[in-house]
Amino acid sequence: MKKLISAALASAMVLSLAACGSTGSSESTSAATTGDSAATAEASATDGTTPIKLGGIGPTTGSAASYGIAVMQGEQLAVDEINAAAGHTVFEFKFEDDEHDAEKSMNAYNTLKDWGMQALLGPVTSTPSLSVAGETVNDNMFMLTPSASAVDVVETGDNVFQMCFTDPNQGIVSADYIAEKGLGTKIGVIYDSSDAYSMGIYNAFAEEATAKGLEVVTAVSFTSDNKSDLSTQVAKCQEAGADLVFLPIYYNEASQILIAADKVGYKPTFFGCDGMDGILTIEGFDTSLAEGLMLLCPFSATATDETTQKFVSAYEAAYNETPIQFAADAYDCVYAIYECVQNGSINGDMSASDMCDALKAQFTTMTFNGTTGEGQTWSADGTVNKPPRVYVVTDGAYQTAE
Amino acid sequence: MFRLKNMRKSTKSNLVTFGIVIGFYIVIQILSALGLLTSSLSGQLVPICSYVILAVSLNLTVGILGELSLGHAGFMSVGAFSGTIVWTTLYGQVPNWLGLLLSFVVGGVVAGLFGFIVGVPVLRLSGDYLAIVTLAFGEIIKNVMNACYLGYDSTGLHLSFKDAASMNMDPTGTMIINGAMGITGIKKASTFTIGIVLVILTLLVILNLINSRAGRAIESIRDNEIAARSVGINITKYKLMAFITSAVFAGIAGVLYSLNYSSLVAKKFDYNTSILILVFVVLGGIGNIRGSVIAAALLTVLPELLRAVNDYRMLIYAIVLIVVMIFSQSPQVVAWRKRILDGIRSRMKPGPKAKEVQ
Repeated sequence: MKKLISAALASAMVLSLAACGSTGSSESTSAATTGDSAATAEASATDGTTPIKLGGIGPTTGSAASYGIAVMQGEQLAVDEINAAAGHTVFEFKFEDDEHDAEKSMNAYNTLKDWGMQALLGPVTSTPSLSVAGETVNDNMFMLTPSASAVDVVETGDNVFQMCFTDPNQGIVSADYIAEKGLGTKIGVIYDSSDAYSMGIYNAFAEEATAKGLEVVTAVSFTSDNKSDLSTQVAKCQEAGADLVFLPIYYNEASQILIAADKVGYKPTFFGCDGMDGILTIEGFDTSLAEGLMLLCPFSATATDETTQKFVSAYEAAYNETPIQFAADAYDCVYAIYECVQNGSINGDMSASDMCDALKAQFTTMTFNGTTGEGQTWSADGTVNKPPRVYVVTDGAYQTAE
Repeated sequence: MFRLKNMRKSTKSNLVTFGIVIGFYIVIQILSALGLLTSSLSGQLVPICSYVILAVSLNLTVGILGELSLGHAGFMSVGAFSGTIVWTTLYGQVPNWLGLLLSFVVGGVVAGLFGFIVGVPVLRLSGDYLAIVTLAFGEIIKNVMNACYLGYDSTGLHLSFKDAASMNMDPTGTMIINGAMGITGIKKASTFTIGIVLVILTLLVILNLINSRAGRAIESIRDNEIAARSVGINITKYKLMAFITSAVFAGIAGVLYSLNYSSLVAKKFDYNTSILILVFVVLGGIGNIRGSVIAAALLTVLPELLRAVNDYRMLIYAIVLIVVMIFSQSPQVVAWRKRILDGIRSRMKPGPKAKEVQ
């Protein structure tokens, strides 16, 4: 009886592995057939270019799902727009979930490779990106991450590029801005010590603040395990007499801090980074509490320039919500690649490795205008150069800070 | 044939287990040689090996010793971090095979040491209490590693549990563990072959332990601690033996796992990972080592197979777990399965039986 079961299980294992192999191949064949049908569609459109397969990776489930979904929607929107405008399939797009986990992210990457991905737009979060970036270097696969801002991500290899600012860069720019404008004399910091994003900004901020002669009176932390009540951290800042509180954290936690500060009648200037974008979209959050909040962010949904307006209205029409900075970065990623398609440096017939070399050359020389800034350029190390913008929340909307 | 028949039942069963592992290795090698191996599957081979080792080692605590441990990921974590530190600091200075060997040894020894430190006070407890204490241990390890900054420069080692700035490190120094960012830039070293070798090593040690005198002593503690004590079995010694062995292999699995990726963060080794390993053990059958091997391999591959159904993936995964659990554990289903199997057997029996009589 035992033997029979084990034999059955063993055969089940072998079968499932075979099935794994065959699903992989059947998927690629089905992809190939869709590719074929797309190709025939193109042939009828008398073009003859093969679509480029773009892959995306990010958390669409789990604790970081709101960022992953925003990126997925931003990328999908851009791909749809480009395909519709061109009248044929320029990009084929496939997005895989990684649950904000490095192991799952690698699996997603490998799945996309089986699908025939030629360039990767992702992953969304830093920890998975570090693992995936290591693998893209081995494969010479072009990787452009919309939002993984840890500096180690781009340091992994010269094929890895970022659409967002790096964490240390944000910390340094914030400290410089605060010092230059004299926004505060006594500075408090509340950060998430279990989060790479928050720590990256905080470490650079602390260093730059000392260099600029800013007085950091207190720096208090929380971790992802104990963030249900942040009033202690707020109280500590109040006790230390901080007149500016720097919040290098994401908007969900920031909203709790604003609520806690309001309860005890503590009214310093709050200053956040790009993770703060989205705070006005939280359901049930009284946006009047965010009044006067300053944030360093490359994107504002209320900006009046044409590119942003077009993107915001299209995004709202498609998904019925206001885009956050993650969606905007993702949208820009696709358009940046499209610019390379338009100037003829890449096409769908190239192998992933050739395309990577071509894109590397393009990205280090081109200037790109997108929703997250005009005149964006990339250094050879993969970091983006774009002007930082500081916004201040006035009457429930972002206004450019003077 | 004659020898096979006279073999002890446990030996035969162990051989089948090894056969499955080696067979799996050969099948993968053939697929790989024929170019049929997808990137998706080949990327999962090392994690599969690592989860198999974890499940087998946890089964020693849960199935053989009979104590519920919810902190297995904690041992994996200390093993992974210590092994990876050895690997990254020695990289390029000693031959790779030596660095790799040392990192596995260090990972295992450090995890075993933690097993001892935790085991001595904790094994006085049993049942739910032990489960909660091991759970707390896992969380402590996670949070300590998450806040740990370690680096070295010309003046020596620097350690901080606050932030990078308070380490006062020379700018030219090298960061080893960078807090929540963990260890980055790890040179990948784990391969499927190394993984399989380690799986076989784990099985050799643990199966031999189970079938030895010590193993029977451990099982007697599980079955009746008072009776075991009354016949003079040293309870503390055998409990620690099982617990530490289990921790050592969890540490080795941690090293294998971490050297498969270019970055390592403490967050990975949380409560969920401990539970995941426990699920492998329970699903494969508590105390059934071969079951653990198969369950760990299948349940690692399953979520990836279900990628095609996207959003329903986790739902289907959960349903599969429930169905398998009912199929293998529910008394009614077990009785029904037995009836069916007996039916089939009685129909097939006459042939072979006649042969046996001859």
